[in-house]
Amino acid sequence: MAEPALSIRGLTKVYDNGFHALKGIDLEVPQGDFFALLGPNGAGKSTTLGVVSSLVRKTAGEVKIHGIDIDRDFSRAKYQLGVVPQEFNFNQFEKVEDIVLTQAGYYGLSMRECRDRCRQLLEDLGLWEKRHATARMLSGGMKRRLMIARALIHRPRLLILDEPTAGVDIELRRSMWSYMRRINAEEGTSIILTTHYLEEAENLCRNIAIINHGEIVENTSMRDLLTQLTRETFLLDLARPIEATPSLAGFEVEQVDASQLMLSIEKGQRLNDAFHQLGEQGVDVVSMRNRANRLEELFVSLVEQSSGSAPQGGEIRS
Amino acid sequence: MSMRQLAIALWTIIVREIRRFMRIWPQTLLPPSITMTMYFIIFGNLIGSRVGQMDGVDYMSYIVPGLIMMSVITNSYSNVASSFFGNKFQRSVEELIISPMPNWLILSGYVVGGAARGLCVGIIVTIVSLLFTDLHMVHPLLTAVVVIMTALLFSVGGFINALLANKFDDISIVPIFVLTPLTYLGGVFYSIHTLPDFWQGVSLINPILYMVNTFRYGILGISDIDVGWAVSAIAAFIVVFFVVGLKLLERGKGLRS
Ligand SMILES: Nc1ncnc2c1ncn2[C@@H]1O[C@H](COP(=O)(O)OP(=O)(O)OP(=O)(O)O)[C@@H](O)[C@H]1O
Ligand SMILES: [Mg+2]
Repeated sequence: MAEPALSIRGLTKVYDNGFHALKGIDLEVPQGDFFALLGPNGAGKSTTLGVVSSLVRKTAGEVKIHGIDIDRDFSRAKYQLGVVPQEFNFNQFEKVEDIVLTQAGYYGLSMRECRDRCRQLLEDLGLWEKRHATARMLSGGMKRRLMIARALIHRPRLLILDEPTAGVDIELRRSMWSYMRRINAEEGTSIILTTHYLEEAENLCRNIAIINHGEIVENTSMRDLLTQLTRETFLLDLARPIEATPSLAGFEVEQVDASQLMLSIEKGQRLNDAFHQLGEQGVDVVSMRNRANRLEELFVSLVEQSSGSAPQGGEIRS
Repeated sequence: MSMRQLAIALWTIIVREIRRFMRIWPQTLLPPSITMTMYFIIFGNLIGSRVGQMDGVDYMSYIVPGLIMMSVITNSYSNVASSFFGNKFQRSVEELIISPMPNWLILSGYVVGGAARGLCVGIIVTIVSLLFTDLHMVHPLLTAVVVIMTALLFSVGGFINALLANKFDDISIVPIFVLTPLTYLGGVFYSIHTLPDFWQGVSLINPILYMVNTFRYGILGISDIDVGWAVSAIAAFIVVFFVVGLKLLERGKGLRS
């Protein structure tokens, strides 16, 4: 059997200030996978990816990239890896093209070997026009794409993307999705993605792990996870305002405002029944949508379960 | 990494460092040239004409080697200190950490890049000095060896400083409070034989004295100290500093959390 692209065993991280960021996590990402690592702010996603990319020193545990232990043969292990970190980490005063080519040099690739690839990457990521611009002059979204180009220049077999689409507009985000899908499908690059846009993870990823307070609380395929969803909530827009909330036998209904209802459906119930009853009561529905993306609903319930409903570290008071 | 890959990686760092100080030449190459021209005019020409001779050569010729050395020392040091600290500050040092390059290679790349700036400035200052005096090198090979070794040594020093520094102020402390005084007291402007016995003795514990004198010996053929001993001492210092730099890099304080 092929070695997994990434295998993590018993990974623990205690930061210098004594904070236990990872409490012995296990994770396996098969070769060729598109893998989502999700979790609320401060859950330990970047810490995990930081250990894999050797930016964070682990306290205990074992990390193997394509079967190579990062402690044993760090040079070969790192060669397999491309990293797009959460924070911008290029020299702001260097030119776009230089940043990518210099990184190639760090992997022992000569200019001649990677000029074409650099051009290809910059073109694909919409940065070719900006190749002579100083990195500081790029917009936030361009800076993210620059980091993607830089991470891919040496053709890594495993690509780590820590919130690659944060602050990227929706149109561009879609084009980045299709780009990531393409390198996953065509070049066979395994991808690990963290994101707070759950729609993104649902769209792109085959397997998923959810981490909370430094522990993995769920690790399964996206399909299996979504079938765990036992309850969906819909928002119904009404043709005419209504005064009283209609009551539907077997369904939970809440009135959002005069012309919008919120309808919850348990697994096994049929939407048809609900609409039938609504029709009988003279409620005219013109459109309907999911209140939240399906993964979002699951995510919230899983995170709440694992936290005992306690608010996460930095609760925002409103 | 294969030998070829290692060579390319090393070259990449060196080129990046050289490109950096070339790009910001008004901050890196111009100021030392102007300062040294001032020294030549004021100390060499104006004051030097009253001093007359020092150790048997005219004062202008006497101070030229010291001033070249002084610019090599400060520029090698501050190049690596500010470049590496800048990368740490901007987090672009992570590009190096995630790469498969071994630590000794990262250190060597920065050190050679810094030495390149020191030597560049040294050459500029030498050219400027030719406007004021004639230079005939008595021992060209020795001169080259000493100046290169000095540049390397202070480059490694700058690297260690950058690794230990937590804020920008931390990289100017050593140049201001250590390097400049030691250089001024290292016999750039005078022969230690002009000092009372006690201060001659004190001067001998200043490492920069050995570099300045060996370099001056290479150019003028005169020295206050034993040249062979000085060259070995510089070599030993390079090794010690390199090992310390490497250990600190491996520990990764301020680089990896
Ligand atoms: N250098 C550090 N020293 C001490 N604690 C740290 C350090 N870096 C991160 N932490 C803590 O470790 C925990 C996990 O942080 P991490 O950055 O891994 O979270 P994350 O899941 O990536 O969150 P986000 O979604 O906000 O990026 C947080 O509580 C954070 O405060
Ligand atoms: Mg993070």
